Amino acid sequence: MRAVAAAPDIARDMIAVRRLSKRYGSGADAVDALRDIDFTVSDGEFMSIVGPSGCGKSTLLKILAGLMPASDGTALLNDVPITGPRKDIGVVFQSPVLFPWRDVLGNVLLPVDVQRLGRERMTARALELIALVGLSGFEHRYPWELSGGMQQRVALVRALIHDPALLLMDEPFGALDALTREAMNVELQRIWLERRKTVLFVTHSTSEAVFLADRVLVMTPRPGRIADLLPIDFPRPRSIDIMTTEAFGAHVRRIRADLNTGRGIE
Amino acid sequence: MTREIPSFVLRLLLILATLAVWEVFVWLFSVPKFILPMPSDIFTALYRGIATALYFSHFGVTLLETLLGFALGSTLAFSLGIAVALSRRTEYFLYPFIVMFQSMPKVALAPLIIVWFGLGLTSKIVSAALVAFFPLMVNTIVGLRSAEEDRVNLMRSLAATRGQIFWMLRLPNALPYIFAGLEIAMIFALIGAIVAELIGSESGLGMLITSMSFTMDVAGQFSVLLILAMLGLLLNSLVTVVRRRVLFWDPSQKLDTMTPNRGEAP
Repeated sequence: MRAVAAAPDIARDMIAVRRLSKRYGSGADAVDALRDIDFTVSDGEFMSIVGPSGCGKSTLLKILAGLMPASDGTALLNDVPITGPRKDIGVVFQSPVLFPWRDVLGNVLLPVDVQRLGRERMTARALELIALVGLSGFEHRYPWELSGGMQQRVALVRALIHDPALLLMDEPFGALDALTREAMNVELQRIWLERRKTVLFVTHSTSEAVFLADRVLVMTPRPGRIADLLPIDFPRPRSIDIMTTEAFGAHVRRIRADLNTGRGIE
Repeated sequence: MTREIPSFVLRLLLILATLAVWEVFVWLFSVPKFILPMPSDIFTALYRGIATALYFSHFGVTLLETLLGFALGSTLAFSLGIAVALSRRTEYFLYPFIVMFQSMPKVALAPLIIVWFGLGLTSKIVSAALVAFFPLMVNTIVGLRSAEEDRVNLMRSLAATRGQIFWMLRLPNALPYIFAGLEIAMIFALIGAIVAELIGSESGLGMLITSMSFTMDVAGQFSVLLILAMLGLLLNSLVTVVRRRVLFWDPSQKLDTMTPNRGEAP
């Protein structure tokens, strides 16, 4: 395994994950989902996490979202250990998870209602974000009236409405068709460039990971460990055409190799 | 070329044909009136009952009993359903009672209820409430527990309280089940009221049937049955109208049949 480079400036780390492990069950039946995960993410960074299914990347995200306790080690957000759900984290799941009894605006305002931020104050911001993802005119439509891609955009806006410091995305475009997925990648980059959130983006698409990220974290399957941490320094905004360049292909090939050696270790 | 006959005309013709065959059958074989009256006798009895305003007061009594019984039974079923769904402890202690009552034909309690609550309105309301109670309670429990894990995780990730998860997710999510339960409860309340009236009462459509059976007025009994069918239809459409307004977002609304638990026979 390659050594993981330490971040140069500790003070700027937004997330610090230290020797994080997760074990499901106990005794002989125990399964190691994550073992000794160590990495940091700086403020405003976009980090992709790739790995085959079963490498514990969703588990890692659930721990960071405070939905699940770690078995060992710690995860710090701005130097405070994550012990439960927090109000300054936004999560986007693989499925849009919209409430059918709320219209688009209502779904976007869900975090506002939960955290009592005041609808009057936040509606203008909600409309602005809805416009940002190109859904103006759909504010009062219901989820079943929208396509899969539109629903996932609503989910993205909902994750941004309460202005969280950190955005956790768990294979958000995994259920979309290839063309919609590419369009969503370009759009996500645009939104990220405009809003500069710290993003942890879990995917099992190597090209999606490289296209979006400042750094790609590659994980091995069961128990999930870090196989590689790869900086991607293409200038932004990146166009989808970058995927056909030789440099892009080299990154993708290196991640594939990492994934294969990772499998070889087991 | 012949023009196609609209299906509602065919439907009406079929009903008329059935009545005609019935009429001719009774006339041809001279079936005694106290076994099977002719449709014309039934409609004469119906007309007489309505013209003398006899049926109106009894109709009103049964309607009142049913609605009050429905209100009482639903309120109790809904409250207890919530208590059981939210607390495994409550469920643990109440479960034996629930199972015992659920497997018992509730209408068999009617004679006891008459003894306890007398011949008046109260015993009918209690009987109606008791029969209406179970389908709604069971559906409330099932509905409140049916929230998808992703949706619960979304709420938790926003640092929602248990109360917020209940009001913003579990309750609206349970509404399709609850309305299916209310629909059954309404018809069951009518059954409960009628059974209590048959056992012992001073007024109501059930009492009317009993007194007609003493005088061998079979045509009269048929005419009351017809009114009961109309009453059932009316009560059912009452719930349906409310359901359509509240559950506009539920995809199963597009079908006429409800998928959730339809409850057991009374």
